[in-house]
Amino acid sequence: MSAATFQVLGPEGTLTGPDPAIPRDDLRRAFRHMLKMRVLDQRMLSLQRQGRIGFYGTATGEEAAVTGSAYALRDTDWVFPALRQTGVSLWRGTTMKEIVCQLIGNSGDVLIGRQMPCHFSDRKVRSVAWSSVIGTQLVHAMGAAWAAKIQKRDDVMMGYLGDGASSSADFHAAANFAGVFKLPVVFFCQNNQWAISVPLSMQTASESIAVKSDAYGFPGVRVDGNDLLAVIAATRDAVERARSGGGPTLVEAVTFRMGGHSSSDDPTRYRDAALVGDWERRDPLTRLRAWLGASQALAPGDEERWTQEINDEIGAAIAEAESFPPPPIESMFADVYKEMPRHLSEQMRYAVAMGEGQKFEGAFPL
Amino acid sequence: MPTMTMVQAIQDALRVALRQDPRVVLLGEDVGKNGGVFRVTEGLQAEFGAERVSDTPLAENGIVGGAIGMALYGLRPVAEIQFVDFIYPAFDQIVSEMAKMRWRSAGQYACPVVVRAPYGGGIKGGLYHSQSPEAYFCHTAGLKVVIPATPRDAKGLLLESLAGDDPVVFLEPKRLYRTLKEDVPEGAYRVPLSSARVARAGEQCTVLAYGAMVPVALDAAEQAAGQSWSVEVLDLRTLVPLDQDAVLASVSKTGRVVIVHEAPRTCGYGAELAALVAEKALTSLQAPVLRVTGYDTPFPYTLEHTYLPDAPRVLRAIEHVMSY
Repeated sequence: MSAATFQVLGPEGTLTGPDPAIPRDDLRRAFRHMLKMRVLDQRMLSLQRQGRIGFYGTATGEEAAVTGSAYALRDTDWVFPALRQTGVSLWRGTTMKEIVCQLIGNSGDVLIGRQMPCHFSDRKVRSVAWSSVIGTQLVHAMGAAWAAKIQKRDDVMMGYLGDGASSSADFHAAANFAGVFKLPVVFFCQNNQWAISVPLSMQTASESIAVKSDAYGFPGVRVDGNDLLAVIAATRDAVERARSGGGPTLVEAVTFRMGGHSSSDDPTRYRDAALVGDWERRDPLTRLRAWLGASQALAPGDEERWTQEINDEIGAAIAEAESFPPPPIESMFADVYKEMPRHLSEQMRYAVAMGEGQKFEGAFPL
Repeated sequence: MPTMTMVQAIQDALRVALRQDPRVVLLGEDVGKNGGVFRVTEGLQAEFGAERVSDTPLAENGIVGGAIGMALYGLRPVAEIQFVDFIYPAFDQIVSEMAKMRWRSAGQYACPVVVRAPYGGGIKGGLYHSQSPEAYFCHTAGLKVVIPATPRDAKGLLLESLAGDDPVVFLEPKRLYRTLKEDVPEGAYRVPLSSARVARAGEQCTVLAYGAMVPVALDAAEQAAGQSWSVEVLDLRTLVPLDQDAVLASVSKTGRVVIVHEAPRTCGYGAELAALVAEKALTSLQAPVLRVTGYDTPFPYTLEHTYLPDAPRVLRAIEHVMSY
């Protein structure tokens, strides 16, 4: 990590920079949330290995970046997430049951089984629906920010990306437009250094991702993404700048993808185990635990109790989620348009009849 | 009732929408001070300000993606792509994002964006100012695809598109932008989508056309009348969702079908129309369904009038089905 990387809490859990003075209860809540993300990843990966969900993408190692960036937002702000921001939605009020139902893709899922696991969206927490195509959500964040500015409202848009997305055409367009129109948007890059098997060095020849903001005419800041305090401080500044009319910021949170890209990926094929070991020593939970313990914000037994509570919550969510049936066939045909056009009604009636093993009544529809 | 060209009618529709609905905004390359390269948006920035009628950096993915974000937040953006040939940098935003937002969010988010773009040949525009890519969009679940052929319909269909809650790809036959004037109703005139228009009534043969091919089809129908053939021309106006009833009613009546489009032949929209007729009206047919289309080549500069269907080619097809 270069010297230009902003840090507050070193890997040992001691202050190396200015303390942003986050209230004690907020820090406890943030730590508990990071713990929840870690446990959720373990439980869901295990569920995936048992064949009970089809796919999972962990955020293990990236909990401080996710939690710190979410912390800096108001409830009324919007998030435009990607694969590793399930924790943002959870922080903002999505329930564990909703998450697990989405991972299964059943009729209890807010998205009624339409998207593959971890592709969650939740309007009630202003988390926007996203596709698997990398970087595409960033222009939406830019456009929503543009709309907020036109309507003279002070909502801020948070567009999440990974290091890989910084190469995409949509990142470039989003940043360029945001700079030109001075829009209230924060581009938050979880630079976990791997785009599946492609390392950061193959993604860009720039000295950092943050430096790219120079070309678009707005500030960029590089922070230690495993340092909750640094992430909160930098993101809070960026959000305040956006809200007060100062325009966009690119925040690069330098972190590390401790696991595979997803449950379908085997990272031992392309990266050295020693590298992973290096990053284990910079774990975001370890350093926050040490800092909170030293400052008496974390009492002995807190973490053990929370872990138990989280496991109970997840267990109950799994049990409840697994009781839902699959979505009905008709659900596939709804929401393509606001009102179902004739050709889809015909295809739906046919699909229902075929799905139920019945003879289709009437003219053959297809 | 004022007389307008299609350019004037589209501008009138945009002005009406901007006046009536504060959520409507226009964005695109050169749409502001310059009023668009075809002058469709001329004077609108002066009237409504640079925030509501905004020039943009030159990036179609940013224009359409930005419009999507605006729509998510509650605006009603109209994104102009200067020529539809330039739309491919925004193709992913249109087919993977704009078209899918409502469905993939299970109705939590809607994406009422209208993407306007001039399309089609006949103006000596060469390969990259002449193409007709409507089939790509028709193949995409979640999009409505609208193509007017007259000034009146251009206004009515655009205002209807803007009033709806679904994303619309609105393709404007630039060859007809200034060639035809007609009376266009004032104010908030709307034409329902998915309603084809009988451009010429006839009894013996149906010509299915849209956009710039409608006048070509009408010309051919007029010449066919000289041979005592009664040809019906159906202007589809909306390709998705299609007015199936109008197509099938006409085909059931005439028993003969000629389909005209300037887009390439293979997997063009005509193939869908032919399949529809084969599946649902086969027993009405008295002749094979014929297509008169652009060729499966890139769009040529010098030979564009060889490439584009014209009245003689359509008439030959009519002759073929009439004498089958």
